[in-house]
Amino acid sequence: MKYIILLFLTCLTLCLSQAILAQTASLDPPAEAALVPSEPPAPPSNVRVSDLPNDDGHGIQVKWNLSPDDGAGAKSVISYDIYRADTPDAPDSLWKKVGTAVLGIKSYADKGERDAGSRDYLPKHTNLYYRVYAVGAGVRSAAAAAGPVQATDDWFNDMKVPELVFCVVFLILTVRFINMAKKGADLYVRPLAGIEAIDEAIGRATEMGKPILYVLGIGTAGDIATIASFTVLGRVARKVAEYQTSMIVPCIDPVVMTIAQETVKTGYADAGRPDAYKEDSVYYVTSQQFPYVAAVNGTILREKPATNIYLGYFAAESLLLAETGVLAGSIQIAGTDQVSQLPFFVVACDYTLLGEELYAASAYLGREPLLLGTLKAQDYLKAIVLVCMIALLALRVITGADVIRKPFDMPWW
Amino acid sequence: MTSKMAMRILTAIVALIFLVSWITKSGSGMSDSSFTNVRDGFLITFAVFLTLSIFSFLYRDNPFYKFAESLYVGISAGYWMCYGFWSTVVGNFVPRASRSLSEFFHVPYQEHADHILIYIPIIFGLILLTRLLPKIGWLSRWSLAFIIGATAGLNLTRYLRSDFISQVSNSFIPLFVDWKGVGSFISHISLAADGQFIAILSNWVIFVGVMCGLVYFFFSKEHKGAFGVASRIGIWILMITFGASFGYTVMGRISLLVGRITFLFGDWLKIL
Repeated sequence: MKYIILLFLTCLTLCLSQAILAQTASLDPPAEAALVPSEPPAPPSNVRVSDLPNDDGHGIQVKWNLSPDDGAGAKSVISYDIYRADTPDAPDSLWKKVGTAVLGIKSYADKGERDAGSRDYLPKHTNLYYRVYAVGAGVRSAAAAAGPVQATDDWFNDMKVPELVFCVVFLILTVRFINMAKKGADLYVRPLAGIEAIDEAIGRATEMGKPILYVLGIGTAGDIATIASFTVLGRVARKVAEYQTSMIVPCIDPVVMTIAQETVKTGYADAGRPDAYKEDSVYYVTSQQFPYVAAVNGTILREKPATNIYLGYFAAESLLLAETGVLAGSIQIAGTDQVSQLPFFVVACDYTLLGEELYAASAYLGREPLLLGTLKAQDYLKAIVLVCMIALLALRVITGADVIRKPFDMPWW
Repeated sequence: MTSKMAMRILTAIVALIFLVSWITKSGSGMSDSSFTNVRDGFLITFAVFLTLSIFSFLYRDNPFYKFAESLYVGISAGYWMCYGFWSTVVGNFVPRASRSLSEFFHVPYQEHADHILIYIPIIFGLILLTRLLPKIGWLSRWSLAFIIGATAGLNLTRYLRSDFISQVSNSFIPLFVDWKGVGSFISHISLAADGQFIAILSNWVIFVGVMCGLVYFFFSKEHKGAFGVASRIGIWILMITFGASFGYTVMGRISLLVGRITFLFGDWLKIL
């Protein structure tokens, strides 16, 4: 036994001494630090300046050839410093450092601010000059000043070509399908279980004499999921008014609350019961996520709503709300476009609208030509992508040519 | 014993524990100032009380949870109102609107800012407030229409890029990576992470996943026959993804719980 203890103590001593030695070694200054080259690195050459393309006129592109000491020669270049001035022969104090590029990099985009009061303001239509320094350890050398160059704004952003193409295709399809829907064409939309359950859930609430809780999520009025949720809210409000039951709509955003009030009010009016609408049923709680959840959870347990509907933009509160709804014994219908939150709704709710189903729900419920046309256009755009994908992949397999990545090698992708 | 009496006894016990904790924490303070020690002792004890009050929701709704909830919501609503005033009115409007107001609020006046443009949101903001006047309340719909229309339009191109174009671009991948024939593939087959077999398998999973996922989200056709099979595969792939995402996120939530436990047992009880 004593030998084991002796062995253990020996090992412990060795480990401790190793640790102390390692710590002492780390405190010593690195040997390389003493090697400070006295000679500055060779400057970069052929500095070119041009207007930065596809911007609002407050950017300049600077390019240069690497210093001979960058990765070769004396290997003394650490980085490149980029300076800007109004005149080529300005004193050093008037040259303003605008950026740094690490070694091996041959270009820098000087993206300035448009606000004249800003420190990084870069004026448009003004002659500017640039200098590029090769920076070594404590020393540097500059290439000759390049310029003049003027920043100009561009009317067209080439990088947005795909957006333009898809927008145009989508617009054509949307207009076509809206016109078809307006002319009475029967545009099929497959049934969505979650949405079909809404009527049943409202009926259950009426039978039980309990309210319906509708949560629009924590998004702002500009979020697409919130906008889609408003459409469903209008439909739910109309049904609630028809069945003469009550609803609770707690909101996290004052603007969302205002729109929700308008939507519910319109729903009640459409059902022919504007007098039954209570403005207090749609109310603001707070703009912070977790206090909002605490308040809604409290409401769920106190009011015991028969049905909870969560449609919109959700984050970490999804499971907190849905679990509390389970405790209260409510039927729960949820839907969000946040992929990370869908698993929580799937496990805790009776019906879940997955991602795009939330957008489709509004079209399915309303059957309005505008919404139906948009949904159909989305479907056809997806079909086009599907067909293109299969065709390109088949072509690649048959011919062996790299036809797949070629269209996507353009800078705008 | 009535529930009212039980509640009174419970409240008395909680108050007693609170007092004992406050006194103990004040006595074990690190500062030289007794005021600081008493204050810190109170703050730690109060934070513990609020933490346990929120946790009590796991049992059921109760007055302690209601107190913590009301305090949390009230402070948050007040904070955001102040934040909105100082960041939007004082931070954005005042520096562009008036030099004297800027001096009053001690914010730098922005001489070169676009002064006229700021009156557009101000007008829309004031119109939104007409909701308070029933006779002209309909005017507020203009502001709402502007908010929804403008943000939806701006988001169109943003989402088109992030949710559509980028994903389409990344889905066009070769199904046979570095293909040199069946013989070569079979003779060099391995399960190494950077091997050809795994690369090909990954690309096939992406390809089938994207195809079947797109079919599932195709609303214009009934999901029957081959279309239905593809749709079923699509929903299976989605559910597998959700399962992985669920586990990953729950791990993150556990770390939040660990933070609270560390506070209770470390900062408060000093047994960690």
